[in-house]
Amino acid sequence: MKEQLKQKRDLVTPGHYGCPGCGGALAMRQTLSVLGEDTIAVLTASCWTSMIGIFPYTCLTVPVMSVAFGTAAATAAGVKASLIAQDNNHTTVLAWAGDGGTFDIGLQGLSGAVERNDDILYICYDNEAYMNTGMQRSSATPAGGWTTTTPDSAPKKQRKKNIVEIMAAHRIPYAATACIGAPDDLKNKIKKAKDIKGSRFIHIFASCPTGWRHASELSIEVGREAIRSRVFPLYEVFNGDTWQLSPMPDKTSVDAYLKHQGRFKQILDGANEYFQKQVDDDWQRLQNRCQPPKVTG
Amino acid sequence: MKEVLMGTEAAAIAAALARVQVIAAYPITPQSVIIENLSDIVGRGELKARFMTMDSEHSAMASCFGASLAGARVFTATSSQGLAYMHELLHYTAGARVPIVMVNCNRALASPWNLHCDHTDSLSQRDTGWIQYYCADVQDVLDAVLIAYSVAEQALLPIMINVDGFYLTHTSEVMDVPDQKTVDIFLPPYRPLSKLDVNDPKTFGNVCVADLFTSIKYKRHCDTLSLEKLWDQMAVKFCGHFHRLHSSVEAYKTEDADVCIISIGSSAGVVRMAVDRLRDEGLKIGALRLALIRPFPVVAIKKAIANVKHIIVIDRDVSFGAEGIVAQEVKAGLFDHQGDIKVTGFVAGVGGNDISAETIIPLVRQAICGDGAAVKAGTTLWAEVIS
Repeated sequence: MKEQLKQKRDLVTPGHYGCPGCGGALAMRQTLSVLGEDTIAVLTASCWTSMIGIFPYTCLTVPVMSVAFGTAAATAAGVKASLIAQDNNHTTVLAWAGDGGTFDIGLQGLSGAVERNDDILYICYDNEAYMNTGMQRSSATPAGGWTTTTPDSAPKKQRKKNIVEIMAAHRIPYAATACIGAPDDLKNKIKKAKDIKGSRFIHIFASCPTGWRHASELSIEVGREAIRSRVFPLYEVFNGDTWQLSPMPDKTSVDAYLKHQGRFKQILDGANEYFQKQVDDDWQRLQNRCQPPKVTG
Repeated sequence: MKEVLMGTEAAAIAAALARVQVIAAYPITPQSVIIENLSDIVGRGELKARFMTMDSEHSAMASCFGASLAGARVFTATSSQGLAYMHELLHYTAGARVPIVMVNCNRALASPWNLHCDHTDSLSQRDTGWIQYYCADVQDVLDAVLIAYSVAEQALLPIMINVDGFYLTHTSEVMDVPDQKTVDIFLPPYRPLSKLDVNDPKTFGNVCVADLFTSIKYKRHCDTLSLEKLWDQMAVKFCGHFHRLHSSVEAYKTEDADVCIISIGSSAGVVRMAVDRLRDEGLKIGALRLALIRPFPVVAIKKAIANVKHIIVIDRDVSFGAEGIVAQEVKAGLFDHQGDIKVTGFVAGVGGNDISAETIIPLVRQAICGDGAAVKAGTTLWAEVIS
């Protein structure tokens, strides 16, 4: 009984420093609930390095190392190498980074770790901008999405970088997308990743009420709308070549997803069709990948 | 055992003798032989370690950071631009008090490109909190790496062993390679009191408010200052096992000297030759090689130059808009020195210009008499400038 109660202990304690409704907080809680106590977390600069609390307080009860921006993968790889050198082959080393720390400043180090197939679980919680520094554009920001460096006067024209395709190009053993709006799917993927050796990458879509300009109680709903509309489809990639769609509800238009969020005000003012077309194109492209190759001749 | 080795080979052997457990590195000239040799030593199973081939020096030091904080003995090596690229992580690792040992092969910084010896690369990292030691010869490279681990793991501070590019990295020397058994006695396995451990979960490096932040930095400053003494204690202990002394400061004929040449790195040998020749002419001159630059060994310097009237500093580096970096350090260190003392700073040997007895003697004459070929810029005299 004592052992069972211990298993149920929440590894994220109350009192994190995040905003109400923070998707990143939920992502961490859901992740650690699966990984358990035999986990070392490496946090690169992101909202999470603030959210953990001010020393000596912490809301994470696993060992945590806060590291330089963009070094989550390299540092975690070093931690893992050290554990192996000390004959510890069981502890999960979790590299935790935001979209800026992954898509931008962390990309080279991440690519290096995945190319070496270092035995780490890398999680990118993606809120589509540098939220910790005040909502600046990252290469994960969608075209047309408002940020403080893509204001209404200078909107972002470029589409979001596809980080999972980049990971798949490394023939990574396991890559997947997940969303705080689909917690069971997310936990299944963490469980699957935990049991795979080598580099594993999970891209978690994590709503940000502050930066996305939506009500804090809508975080889960916005995540669900992202899945329904296929703005953020759920899928897995095994060894870079087997693409597998995850169960998702029937596809809807992007309107419900957009209308909750103040950051898409400009798109709603006349560009929703363009946004819809981008989503549809990406969805078609993904479906093509997930189908078996056509036999010709 | 006597062997003929280059500085890079000696560094690799030293890391293996120290039984390092994780090596994370990125290649750069003239460091590359170190990591080539280590990859082979690990590959052949002679050293039980993880060898990580990194994507950059920034990532290399990040991996060293993680590996050290998780409890392993860690080694890396770099040079010049690579060291500059690590800069952010140098601050991080010193702040986190991880005892990483790194060999830096001193090489000029671009632009323009130059692969040869110059100390501006490491000296421009002096405020990162890393301990800095400058080797005099190839034997010193091997020995200093071993001493460095014993010091770093007691002080919980990272140590940079600086090796003059090509003069030491690619010059072969007859030297003694200690046997593993004696090294194991001198340097037992690293057993940190605190590390990343799932059975004793802690946070490392999260946000800290001003008062605690100040206290943590103050403690580090005090520990860094006291490292001069610790280095010399461990150097004596090393000498007890291996009969070679590598002190934080190396004085040569300074007891009765009126003039003293201060230098760092491999030029110490030719400086001693210059001292001998000038003594033959009747000049009371001595020399001081500063092995440690951080912490700055001001106590030992003051003791050695107690009777000196004129110090001549040879800098293989410069802080643009100020003067040679070692000259700056010496002047600052002697600010409260009793009695008059003149300091003349030369910038010489940068980017691979040879420093020899023949180049040093005219500089000494110029420092004393005022005439010579070195050209003045601010308070500094530059040798070897094309007019």
